[in-house]
Amino acid sequence: MKIILVLLLLISLPPQAMAQQDAQLEKRISALTSELRCLVCQNQSLADSHADLAIDLKNQVRAQMQAGKSDDDIRAYMVARYGDFVLYDPPFKASTALLWAGPFALLLIGVSTLAVYLRSRRRQLGDGELTAHDHARAESLLRGDSVGDSGEKSAGNTR
Amino acid sequence: MKRFLPLAIFLVLAVFLAAGLGLNPREVPSPLIDKPAPAFRLPQLHEPARTLGTDDLKGQVWILNVWASWCAACLDEHPLLVQFSKQNVVPIYGLNHKDQRADALKWLGKHGNPYAISIADGDGRVGIDYGVYGVPETYVIDRDGIIRYKRIGPVTVPILEQKILPLLRKLQG
Repeated sequence: MKIILVLLLLISLPPQAMAQQDAQLEKRISALTSELRCLVCQNQSLADSHADLAIDLKNQVRAQMQAGKSDDDIRAYMVARYGDFVLYDPPFKASTALLWAGPFALLLIGVSTLAVYLRSRRRQLGDGELTAHDHARAESLLRGDSVGDSGEKSAGNTR
Repeated sequence: MKRFLPLAIFLVLAVFLAAGLGLNPREVPSPLIDKPAPAFRLPQLHEPARTLGTDDLKGQVWILNVWASWCAACLDEHPLLVQFSKQNVVPIYGLNHKDQRADALKWLGKHGNPYAISIADGDGRVGIDYGVYGVPETYVIDRDGIIRYKRIGPVTVPILEQKILPLLRKLQG
């Protein structure tokens, strides 16, 4: 009986205000939990996961938000227990330096390798002066001779 | 030289992939190592009217083992814990994680009770404070209440003999 009364009371409250507040809270919860990793199923966020622990942690997030904690407070709470690993967007520090700088280091290695390769190839190709033989082959190519075709193939293979 | 480039790339990749295969992605380094063990005070499993808290355990080296009757992997390590508890090196305190009291008591009755005292963490709040995500988990806590070691997953003979026992000797020494 009491429960019914409480329910009736809840229903009779101004619905828009409550719904709006709830929607805002839900939005905050889903925004925060989608950037926290579920530790049981590591490729899912807390928001996506239905694991037992994820549900407990989501309830934690909800309870702490209702208690007036900020998103940063809750993030700190999670990191204190599970480490930076729970954050999909971990902070830059000594232990995560490789994670953040690694891709750029790889890019740098790739670009410099490419640069060295291109430079050495330019050196191999020489100054670009054409010999009489080259001119003759070009002419035959332009005429569409079959000789030209085979000439092109062999040219492609000589370096 | 150029001929060996693909081979070199393959070897580098193979080394990285082999190292990657050897890593256990479930083993997340705990931020709690060398930090004070989170304080708790929970009802005891066998005598719910009495509590046990971290304060009661100050001044001794102890092991906290997180277990549950629903946890299959706990059964893997359980005989080892029972055997270890008989050596009386340090007391093992059990954190009965998100379990039903009746189930937990039945489980201990059936498989043996290695725990000095088990405490009931029914809603898993203390588990969250300890960063528990894969039961069983085992913590070694020193005289000052600092967590010195954490094992995620079942304790095995090599882990016990090569990691936990030497650490306990050092902490007690």
